[in-house]
Amino acid sequence: MKLYKKMLAATALAVLMAGSASAKTLVYCSPASPEGFDPAAYTGGDTFDASSRTAYNRLVEFKHGETTIEPGLAETWEVSEDGLEYTFHLRKGVKFQTTDFFTPTREFNADDVIFSFERQSKKDDPWHAYTSGVSYEYFDSMEFPTLIKEIKRVDDHTVTFVLSRPEAPFLADLAMDFASILSKEYADKLQADGKMDNLNQAPVGTGPFTFVAYQKDAVIRYKANPDYWNGKQPIDDLVFAITTDPAVRAQKLKAGECHIMSYPAPADIEGLKADSNLKVDEQAGLNVAYFAYNTLKAPYDKPEVRKALNMAINKQAIIDAVFQGSGQVAKNPIPPTMWGYNDAIKDDPYDPEAAKKMLEEAGVKDLKMKLWAMPVSRPYMPNARRTAELMQSDFAKVGVQAEIVSMEWGEYLKKSSDKDRDGSVILGWTGDNGDPDNFLGVLLGCAGVGNNNRAQWCYQPFEDLIQKAKVASNQEERAKLYEEAQVIFKEQAPWATLAHSTVFMPMSSKVSGYKMDPVGIHRFDGVDIAE
Amino acid sequence: MSNATLPAPISSGAMRRRALADFWFYFSENRGAVIGLWVFAALVLVAIFAPVLAPHDPAQQFRDALLTPPAWEAGGRSEFLLGTDAIGRDILSRLIYGSQFSLFVGLVVVSIALVAGIALGLIAGFFGGWVDTVIMRVMDVILSFPSLVLALVLVAILGPGLTNAMIAIAVILQPHFARLTRAAVLAEKNREYVIAARLAGASRLRLMFKTILPNCLAPLIVQATLSFSNAILDAAALGFLGMGAQPPTPEWGTMLAEAREFILRAWWVVTFPGLAILITVLAINLIGDGLRDALDPKLKRS
Amino acid sequence: MLRFIFGKLAYLVPTFIGITIVAFGFVRVLPGDPVLLMAGERGIAPERHAQLMAQFGFDRPLWQQYLDYLWRLAHGDFGTSLITKKAVLTEFLTLFPATVELGLCAIILATLIGIPAGVLAAVKRGSWFDQISMGTALVGYSMPIFWWGLLLIILFSGILQWTPVSGRISLLYFFPPVTGFMLIDSLLSGQKGAFASAVSHLALPTIVLATIPLAVIARQTRSAMLEVLGEDYVRTARAKGLPVRRVVGLHALRNAMIPVITTIGLQIGVLIAGAILTETIFSWPGIGKWMIDSIFRRDYPAVQGGLLLIAILVMVVNLIVDLLYGLINPRIRHN
Repeated sequence: MKLYKKMLAATALAVLMAGSASAKTLVYCSPASPEGFDPAAYTGGDTFDASSRTAYNRLVEFKHGETTIEPGLAETWEVSEDGLEYTFHLRKGVKFQTTDFFTPTREFNADDVIFSFERQSKKDDPWHAYTSGVSYEYFDSMEFPTLIKEIKRVDDHTVTFVLSRPEAPFLADLAMDFASILSKEYADKLQADGKMDNLNQAPVGTGPFTFVAYQKDAVIRYKANPDYWNGKQPIDDLVFAITTDPAVRAQKLKAGECHIMSYPAPADIEGLKADSNLKVDEQAGLNVAYFAYNTLKAPYDKPEVRKALNMAINKQAIIDAVFQGSGQVAKNPIPPTMWGYNDAIKDDPYDPEAAKKMLEEAGVKDLKMKLWAMPVSRPYMPNARRTAELMQSDFAKVGVQAEIVSMEWGEYLKKSSDKDRDGSVILGWTGDNGDPDNFLGVLLGCAGVGNNNRAQWCYQPFEDLIQKAKVASNQEERAKLYEEAQVIFKEQAPWATLAHSTVFMPMSSKVSGYKMDPVGIHRFDGVDIAE
Repeated sequence: MSNATLPAPISSGAMRRRALADFWFYFSENRGAVIGLWVFAALVLVAIFAPVLAPHDPAQQFRDALLTPPAWEAGGRSEFLLGTDAIGRDILSRLIYGSQFSLFVGLVVVSIALVAGIALGLIAGFFGGWVDTVIMRVMDVILSFPSLVLALVLVAILGPGLTNAMIAIAVILQPHFARLTRAAVLAEKNREYVIAARLAGASRLRLMFKTILPNCLAPLIVQATLSFSNAILDAAALGFLGMGAQPPTPEWGTMLAEAREFILRAWWVVTFPGLAILITVLAINLIGDGLRDALDPKLKRS
Repeated sequence: MLRFIFGKLAYLVPTFIGITIVAFGFVRVLPGDPVLLMAGERGIAPERHAQLMAQFGFDRPLWQQYLDYLWRLAHGDFGTSLITKKAVLTEFLTLFPATVELGLCAIILATLIGIPAGVLAAVKRGSWFDQISMGTALVGYSMPIFWWGLLLIILFSGILQWTPVSGRISLLYFFPPVTGFMLIDSLLSGQKGAFASAVSHLALPTIVLATIPLAVIARQTRSAMLEVLGEDYVRTARAKGLPVRRVVGLHALRNAMIPVITTIGLQIGVLIAGAILTETIFSWPGIGKWMIDSIFRRDYPAVQGGLLLIAILVMVVNLIVDLLYGLINPRIRHN
């Protein structure tokens, strides 16, 4: 019986598909399966691309391709004098998506906003632990549980967030994925049906695309939301073809099996650029790959030793062989596209002879070093092991014997944070919000020792500068302080800064309107495809 | 199966010599096996004399020659006969050094599996009772997982690396030896010559090693050859999945894993390591077939 | 017969318990901390870490966790994936049809080619056909299939562009899964070209996965045939002047099939090991790829559940083979 019903549904769908033969379909070759469809429960970019950026909206949104805020489900808002009360005036007439599994009977209102946040904050909310092992990492790590004192429902279309302390980035936080607005009506229905798990499997939101179906590890399908408050999308269907291997993604793009892909392997970029049916958008990534010494351990506690080792590394060779040209040598710990970047700084020259001499002068002989290489590929470092192999041979030229160490990723992250760590680590960072403090403070501040500060480097003159910069009010003044900090960083050399990668987005030349996002999100609203 | 030939009463030394001659006669009749043996011998020589034979250091990076195609292709260079990889290392030299790892893996894995398997099988077969039950049940458990799945999880526990991969593969291969040995012991245990030896006051240990074991060597040798090639294949598969030997080790499977991203751009980095694995495994399997034919009396007669 | 079946089942119980201990034990000693892995470069506060570990139940004594595990198994609960938060059994069953489809096609292909090739090689022993087919079989048997898959992709998808690169069916076709088998579903959907698309997607993975079983079956068939052909009754039949084809067809083949069926049954382990590599290469959304992904993501419950379910699968198939064997060959039953 069940089979029969399924078959009937299949036939109906087939008819439906046949009827829309001229529909415009955009296929995106995505690199990984979403972990789920509840954006608040995860931290992975692929999950956000597949849930919050398609099916959902937030009160405020990032402008497409930028990090500035624009109105989303809240049309306007005002902040109280003391910075403790944020009042949002909600957009009227916004409809939730109608799907096979849910038909909304009311429009979006304040209840949905309150539900979306309180399920994350209130431990006694039935939705707080609606599926086993669910947790709200971003909500917690942004300290929202203590920050938000209360969310008041003023009327159907007005809500006020009462904070326990002023927080300048609060608005920007609300544009992040975990703050997506869910439908309370849908949640109530799931609860009544005893199918609360479905919230994480079949999303219903107000976003530009309506979720249709997900075939595990293979395909996610969406259709344009016909009732979208910002107008129906130019494309009719959006398909995520999950393809984990970058070479296969490139091959599929060339064969026309998909129209746009993310994270191409550096090796394939040249070939993709040469294909006349394709175009390749590129953007400097908001990231850095670095090589951190343990500055608490001899002989790496001496700046001159670190400096000498830095001079032994042929960074250009890494750019050529590992990034295949899709990156640039890094001289500073922050990327050049960021404000506060000190372009006046000169990089340490690649000079094995001088490096060898400096090591001798520092009294370092027969140095044996453990060289930690990450086991995974990241946007800032496509192949750490290959990088390590190159560096190993560079170090050999100055008489330093390096042994490559690798371990499972979770273990790597944990052990590399250890103050007693033996060896120097390759790692990197992708910015969250475009602020230099997100790099210099988090990665090199004294508070990060034993944690995110992999160099275990706490140097007072540097620390003073970045602390001052954190509280300074105007950006010009802050930029100056950060520029000074970079000078000290270069003198002290706790890291060898290796590279800033370039992010590429190859697509069919029929695709128009795609905008690359600085923090690595993939959005398909506003994208069109020629027939 | 009728025992047509009765053993003639001759000295054991002469008998052994005759058996050996017999064996060689049948083995050398199998053309494939002889070819396999030659190829294998050549591989052993290559592995031993790798430093002499390899044109370059396998780790040396020619930064001006990244991804150079083989010498006969356009853009190839004569000093890199089979081309270079992504960071400019000579593929031929890496393959030559890689033979050391493959043969080493096969040798170590088979040795561990053989020793452990025989010991467990002898103990199980000879003592019987609960000892037998426990040992054989553990073997059953190991065998009820597909080999590669178990090896993967084992390596995940022990940490990726060649040594751990070898241990994992040895663990999954040894039950075969244990089963074979146990079956042979059970079959031989109550034969007259064993009982005679026992009555003559031979100790259990002596009985196990001196009397019974030599009589079940044939199937063990065949199994050992099979395991040798399986070990090489499994180690390469683990390397390919990133769980075996770690770069920059020039292990063939690991080389393939590193080469995967160039599959559509540089065919030579993908083709040659795989070919090396295939040739090695094929040679060993040819020898194994020859050994089986020469040692298995049933097939000999037909 | 019933006694035979129950005897077999009773024998399997301790093995099964052993398997649960292995599945539980192995996964519990895996290094790496799933909570840290989830947090990534950004790190996590120690208190929050402890809280999450407690939430997942990783902080209690091992034996307690094991008993708990058995209790839940007895209720059909194989755990919940740390990543997707879905039941491991559901995940497994969602992906299982893809692997079964691939595995079945591979074994059918292997049997359809392997048995006739083996029979012919045996009958024409020493001929060029025998030599070539057995030589090919040995090459197939020695093949590192992950490399073989890459070669086929280079040739058929890269150079010739005959087959698609990966996936189960072209994205143009969309129908909800009815059976989970793409070949059947595509036919049921009634969409034009869907079946052909499914076949073209299946072709290369099937060939790769079938390679080793095909070689094994062909070799086994040949040697079983040779043995049977050498036996007295076949010789008698031949001496009586019965035509070769009848002798082979009627007498020899039936008896030779007994060890061959066992061989086919025993290929299940080989198939699953092969599926891990094949699915990885072709991005085939089945349980092999899922296992690999789970191991790399340190998704404890998924690895644990997958290990156990695969072992159960192998056990069940072996049991069926045993029973079949007993059915065909009554002598075994009384042993």
